Amino acid sequence: MATDSQGEETVAHGAEAAEHASEGGGLVFHPMDQFIVKPLFGDGAVGMFTVTNVTFWMALTVLAIIGLLVLGTSRRATIPSRIQSIAELAYGFIRKMVEDVAGKDALPYFPYIMTLFIFIVFSNFLGLLPGAFTTTSHIAVTAVLAMLVFLTVTLMGFFKHGLGFLGVFWISAAPLPLRPILALIEVISYFVRPVSHSIRLAGNMMAGHAVIKVFAAFAPMVTISVGVGLLVTPLSIIAITAIYALEVLVAFIQAYVFTILTCVYLKDALHPHH
Amino acid sequence: MASETHETVSACVDSHGGAVGMPQLCSEWMGNQIFWLVVTLVVIFFILSRIALPRIAAVLAERQGAITNDLATAEDLKAKAVEAEEAYNKALADARVEAQNIIAATKAEIKAELDEATAKADAEIAAKAAEGEKVIAEIRANALESIKEVAKDTTKELVAAMGVKADARSVTAAVNARLKG
Amino acid sequence: MEGDVVQMGAYIGAGLACTGMGGAAVGVGHVVGNFLSGALRNPSAAGGQTATMFIGIAFSEALGIFSFLVALLLMFAV
Repeated sequence: MATDSQGEETVAHGAEAAEHASEGGGLVFHPMDQFIVKPLFGDGAVGMFTVTNVTFWMALTVLAIIGLLVLGTSRRATIPSRIQSIAELAYGFIRKMVEDVAGKDALPYFPYIMTLFIFIVFSNFLGLLPGAFTTTSHIAVTAVLAMLVFLTVTLMGFFKHGLGFLGVFWISAAPLPLRPILALIEVISYFVRPVSHSIRLAGNMMAGHAVIKVFAAFAPMVTISVGVGLLVTPLSIIAITAIYALEVLVAFIQAYVFTILTCVYLKDALHPHH
Repeated sequence: MASETHETVSACVDSHGGAVGMPQLCSEWMGNQIFWLVVTLVVIFFILSRIALPRIAAVLAERQGAITNDLATAEDLKAKAVEAEEAYNKALADARVEAQNIIAATKAEIKAELDEATAKADAEIAAKAAEGEKVIAEIRANALESIKEVAKDTTKELVAAMGVKADARSVTAAVNARLKG
Repeated sequence: MEGDVVQMGAYIGAGLACTGMGGAAVGVGHVVGNFLSGALRNPSAAGGQTATMFIGIAFSEALGIFSFLVALLLMFAV
């Protein structure tokens, strides 16, 4: 957290870095600028309810989801169109995942898990559009998602099993002297879950986008120095293409991983005794 | 430099609009993001749970039903086809047996006819043969008679030529005795 | 001058933190490699374990992402 006391220092430091960059041959590195939250209308401060680019891209996500899952299936065709079969594929994919990983009794939570998956996957893919703002690259967003999962799972575990839910920390398969130590480790890992859950998603998205931006900053090298640029510019463009392809993969895999981990946590809550 | 930073509206953005530090860690934007995220999630959840998921589930169930129905129909049709094939085979076997019967009957009939014709032909042939034999016997008898006549006449002429008046009766007796002997 | 030393330290630290990503790469490669060798021995059981492989990848990759995050924090937030 950039606290206020650090604020002055970081501001000065950032300006200095920008100066250094502009001195160093004209290449401009601003890999983090794409993550700035801006008001969509005007230049005012960003308050709690300001309509910002976050709002815009989340609204686009909602529209895309409506387009796929509501408009795409509106004909209810027995022989599906392409869009409808994608929607059915997504439905079947997540439903099977919930059933296989979390068990049949987790099916009431299917709409909740589907919501998480479809939001993350659409945010990730929309964030890959050039010039887009990636909502899932912000820890604030993914932390809320992860905390939602954590709270749901924990509360539901206690609600369903009472104090018996604590059995998830007490591994009865282990030898008795080891159990307290294992219980301590389990408790720690249980509370680290939302942290890793959120940082994994945000970090992956942020990392890919920042790396693309860094390579993009190398791309105009040819306008500064033709000799070096002839080598660097094509290389950086190839690198952007390669990283972009990787990011397309990562965008899906991270949504998948987030969802499957949610299912795993849900299974722990439904069946706390290993 | 300090005066520049004070002009900006946010502590996380410098005067050029660039990011200061990591935008992800800027606490003044978090409220906004969380608020809009919660709004988005609630909207998506209601769209999914009220409209999209029941509809897709219904479509899938309908398709499953259609497939099950089609499979049942196909099973029926298959049973019918098997039945039809059996009937066909039976008809074929019946027809074959009947044909066999007809062939046997026809063969017997033809054989009977043939036998009859053969018998008739045999009888005719036998009759003709008997008739022929009779004729031959007659001819032979006639021939013998003729020979007798010729012999008598010749003898009479011979005797006459020798200058003896031939007694017709004795000539005949002599010729007959010679012919017999 | 003092600030420069701090900045230098931060940048060196960021570079060092990035070596952690190599570990994550080794880990992910190990997970996938072992999955593949197991899957080729018993292909019929491979399909059901793909999810487990992805969970394993996610766990080992997360640590690489943490080191990347430390590098970013040192670069931009310290």
